[in-house]
Amino acid sequence: MEEFVQQLTNGLAVGSIYALIALGYTMVYGVLKLINFAHGDLFTLGAYLGLTLLTSFSLQDKMGPLAAVGLLAIMVMGLVALIGALLDRVAYKPLRDSPRLSAVVSALGASIFLQNTVMLIYGARFRVYPQDILPRTVIDFFGMPIPLMRILILLVSLAMMVALYTFIQKTRIGTAIRAAAIDQGAARLMGINVDRVILIVFMVGPALGGAAGLMVGLYYGQINFTMGWVYGLKAFTAAILGGIGNIPGAMLGGLLLGVMEALGAAYISIAWKDAIAFMVLILILIVRPKGILGERVAEKI
Amino acid sequence: MRLEIKDLHVKYGNVGVLHGVNLTVEEGEIVTILGANGAGKSTTLMSISGLVKPSSGKIIFGGEDITKLKSHKIVERGVAQSPEGRRVFGTLTVDENLLLGGFTNFDANHKAKTREWIYHLFPILKERATQLAGTLSGGEQQMLAIARALMARPKILLLDEPSLGLAPILVKTIFETIREINETGVTVVLVEQNARAALKLAHRGYVLEVGKIVLEDSAETLLANPKVQNAYLGGG
Ligand SMILES: Nc1ncnc2c1ncn2[C@@H]1O[C@H](COP(=O)(O)OP(=O)(O)OP(=O)(O)O)[C@@H](O)[C@H]1O
Ligand SMILES: [Mg+2]
Repeated sequence: MEEFVQQLTNGLAVGSIYALIALGYTMVYGVLKLINFAHGDLFTLGAYLGLTLLTSFSLQDKMGPLAAVGLLAIMVMGLVALIGALLDRVAYKPLRDSPRLSAVVSALGASIFLQNTVMLIYGARFRVYPQDILPRTVIDFFGMPIPLMRILILLVSLAMMVALYTFIQKTRIGTAIRAAAIDQGAARLMGINVDRVILIVFMVGPALGGAAGLMVGLYYGQINFTMGWVYGLKAFTAAILGGIGNIPGAMLGGLLLGVMEALGAAYISIAWKDAIAFMVLILILIVRPKGILGERVAEKI
Repeated sequence: MRLEIKDLHVKYGNVGVLHGVNLTVEEGEIVTILGANGAGKSTTLMSISGLVKPSSGKIIFGGEDITKLKSHKIVERGVAQSPEGRRVFGTLTVDENLLLGGFTNFDANHKAKTREWIYHLFPILKERATQLAGTLSGGEQQMLAIARALMARPKILLLDEPSLGLAPILVKTIFETIREINETGVTVVLVEQNARAALKLAHRGYVLEVGKIVLEDSAETLLANPKVQNAYLGGG
């Protein structure tokens, strides 16, 4: 039982990180029908920018751990959002009217570019987050020791998802984003500035991805310039699992994938951990390509 | 405000679709554009709304050249369209569709009044407010598409085949509503397959054939024109 609860909570924490990244894929896909392959690298950037900001300003000495991490999160999200907007400007916007394949190639190119930029700046070796930022407290959960960090990650991610969901469902801009995802032409006839909608999507998604990168840094303590590849692919799987283009789907897909992976690693074999995600991807593409909550049939990319 | 289209040429890729369309709509008029399938009627409306950019020619609204304006700026100038095939946002509620129609309208008071007016024109939409637009019947969706365009409080309303696929009784209702809208001072450009009904409603009409205006006259004269009768009124 304890093993199960440990794996379940761990799976949920990791899954909530997948979910945050998956939201970026799904939002861009929703509006542009484009897989932003560079999204995983924006997540990596979030992790590295977090490290740089944390160490260069010694935030935790100045304001205590929680305020420091809060401020850090805001800065990282803001910066990655700007980079996301820039990425759209440079890599995608000029190709808006071109065949879809051009944008896909551009996305792959942008991914390689970002990954190598991170490597050139920070080096190819693992970098380590300072260990003393957040207390490594373990709390007692019905007699089972659960790391506080794990719970914090889950709660903070869930809070962000609720905030995003509210934004998309309840605000004027959120409704415009949904409209643009359904029918861009009709949205433009309503007087919606679709370019602005796309810009917002390319800021909100990366902000969440950047936050996820920061959390991975804080949680695992180690980051590497290729981390965006594995996390990106898993989050992409999560987005497909939930139904790409569907926002609650990305959240559900992320959490589900995290739990499946954690339980699979515990009860089947740890060696299977990464393979599980890809088996899920292949299975879902064969059995139900539109995903759990997807309404549209997934189009070929 | 008067709408003028001057020598409009539009291409899709390198296929020319409009070859020098000239058309004027005076303030307060209902003008209909008739033409066979593929003549370029929808393309003309989409050019006015800025979703299709012409290769040459000018579109002038209220003295301002709007040819190169972005589509949302054109809506802000008071040009709204209910497009062919309705294109309501099916997975959004009726209420959300109307909200989006008023996207460029920031005056809350004004919006509330517009909504009242719309519920007066189309009472059924009030009943259906929280329903998903995709679950409405064809006629209700058409009403929603027109209502949504009206939410922008347009000076000129572009209607692309509002009677498409509707039962005759509904067509009558819709056309009566168009007249009512026009009587409040909204200029109307009406593209129709149902030429007879359109000419009965309109003040003037244009006939578009393969991308060119071939005929332009008052609605009564067009109704009486044997060429129009043969081609568009089923032999009269
Ligand atoms: N997006 C597009 N890309 C390429 N060709 C197009 C496009 N839209 C329309 N066309 C072509 O342009 C021509 C004019 O089309 P348009 O839709 O303007 O005609 P229409 O008069 O509205 O016809 P209908 O009565 O069928 O609605 C047609 O030959 C059509 O096939
Ligand atoms: Mg048409």
